[in-house]
Amino acid sequence: MAQAASKSKNTRRTAPPKGFALFLYRLKKSFSTPTPYLTIAGVGLWIFVYWLLCEGLRVDRFDKIPGPVAVARDWFSPEPFQGISIFTEAYWNHIYVSCRRIAIAFAIATGVGVPLGLFMGWSKKIRDYIFPILETLRPIPILAWVPLAILMLPGFEAPVIFLATLASLFVTTLNTMLGVESIDEEYFRAAGCLGSSNWDIFKNVVVPGALPFIFTGLQISIGVAWFSLVAAEMVSGDHGLGYLIVDSYVNSVTIPMVIGMLTLGLIGWLTSILVRSLGNYLMQWHVRELALQGR
Amino acid sequence: MNVSAPFSEAGTPHKKPEQALKGAISIRNVTKIYDPEGVNVMAVDNASMEIAGGEVCMIVGPSGCGKTTLLNAIAGFHSITSGEIRLDGELLCGPGKPKAKQGADRMVVFQHGALFPWKTLAENVAYGPIVQGALSKSLAMEKARHMLADAGLGDVGNKYPGEVSSGMARRAEIVRALINDPKVLLLDEPYRAMDALTKSIMHESLLETYDRTKVTIFFITHDLEEAIFLGDKVHIVTTRPCQLKKTVNVDIPRPRSYAVQSSEQFRVLMEEVNEAVHEEAIKAFEAGERELA
Repeated sequence: MAQAASKSKNTRRTAPPKGFALFLYRLKKSFSTPTPYLTIAGVGLWIFVYWLLCEGLRVDRFDKIPGPVAVARDWFSPEPFQGISIFTEAYWNHIYVSCRRIAIAFAIATGVGVPLGLFMGWSKKIRDYIFPILETLRPIPILAWVPLAILMLPGFEAPVIFLATLASLFVTTLNTMLGVESIDEEYFRAAGCLGSSNWDIFKNVVVPGALPFIFTGLQISIGVAWFSLVAAEMVSGDHGLGYLIVDSYVNSVTIPMVIGMLTLGLIGWLTSILVRSLGNYLMQWHVRELALQGR
Repeated sequence: MNVSAPFSEAGTPHKKPEQALKGAISIRNVTKIYDPEGVNVMAVDNASMEIAGGEVCMIVGPSGCGKTTLLNAIAGFHSITSGEIRLDGELLCGPGKPKAKQGADRMVVFQHGALFPWKTLAENVAYGPIVQGALSKSLAMEKARHMLADAGLGDVGNKYPGEVSSGMARRAEIVRALINDPKVLLLDEPYRAMDALTKSIMHESLLETYDRTKVTIFFITHDLEEAIFLGDKVHIVTTRPCQLKKTVNVDIPRPRSYAVQSSEQFRVLMEEVNEAVHEEAIKAFEAGERELA
């Protein structure tokens, strides 16, 4: 019996695990590394310090801020003391409105920024036209665009989306352009030798070669989109998580303010993971290369 | 020409003798002057070379002497300042046409390897026929798998270049070149970064490929043993500006095995090449020192 067990244990796995088995394998493997324990310890420490400052020691000025216990009690309560919890419709509405804005802004910024960056990196002529304008507009802080956006665009929705789009467009375009520039000249030469047309080179060298940089850029750009969205919502919104934060502050209800902040953090993290997973899915060659290097 | 002989002996009537001779390169009085920041640098000065079709031509010379400039001119990556280069009598570049058009008749194998890392080995090999419109995608992939299998790479066709050894990648790159049935194979120190053992395997595989295809090979190297072992002719070029200094004929019969490297004939040839190269290496070294001082 024991022999049989040890035998099955020693059987060499020849085929790599797939699907759910792969997920379990990775989960099991990750628990043999210090990573999950360090993460849990780090989060625990952070919450403890937060609690100590606000609720434990009640340090001066921190006592006005709701501590983790107060926030958690309201956040997960069916009848929240200050009006916002996972059981209230308003909470999910704020999340929905913000996510919808991000989705639109990120889609426009990616749809415009990636092609623009690809062409700018590939053709010096296009780059000479556009790059100086881009470099002049880019350093202008997104908050400085707020008045212009309100004057230019009607309603609540359009200015907010415009601001988030603008911020993330610059990041995406610039990273994509750098991605094309990072491609080794020899790939272009090899493609030329093999009889490629310009369009073939664009499809088979420029786009895939720039992809690692594009996805690094997209991860930053979705972060920037959230950042500027909240800034815009604080100034000119009627819903959304940024609005929730500033509205709670104005009305002196501090718990929804903190709930809004934590929600933003969690959703921002989630969208970042989504972008990264999509990138890994599209760049198997890159993932496998890194894996062989032990990364 | 000794090159046409194997074909007629092997009794392959569908191959005409002139097909066996394809890929003759004639380099006449080629000069290349670079002009970085207003200072003229002469990379190649009045270099002339005749390479017969189906010949393995090894170019040996000190680092930075302009050998690669010559290769780039043939491949169509760079222009030349004067002179002309012809392939089978047709003008590649010359007066009024400073830069040759890149084409699949001259395939380059690069120093650092240039398989597309985002395509599998089979996709890399199939790429040429697909973009040239010579074969449909599925036929090209099928042919690519066959050719990879012939080169001993049948098992790794679905892997990405980053997942296989450098020797395998380099072999796949040569297969990628050969699937286009080129007239000339241009190799720029392709085995430079390899250890001696891998190198010897690569040499044998290249010789085997050559014996099968009789493609003209233009091969740049620093490695003198490699030059003599592989080549029909070893062209020794001077330090910058690059000119032909000496041509050594290697009349070791083919097919060659690694054993010839310990023969007396090999040793004599080695001495002859070494002497000429060493002289240039010293000149290049001294010139380098002067430039820095």
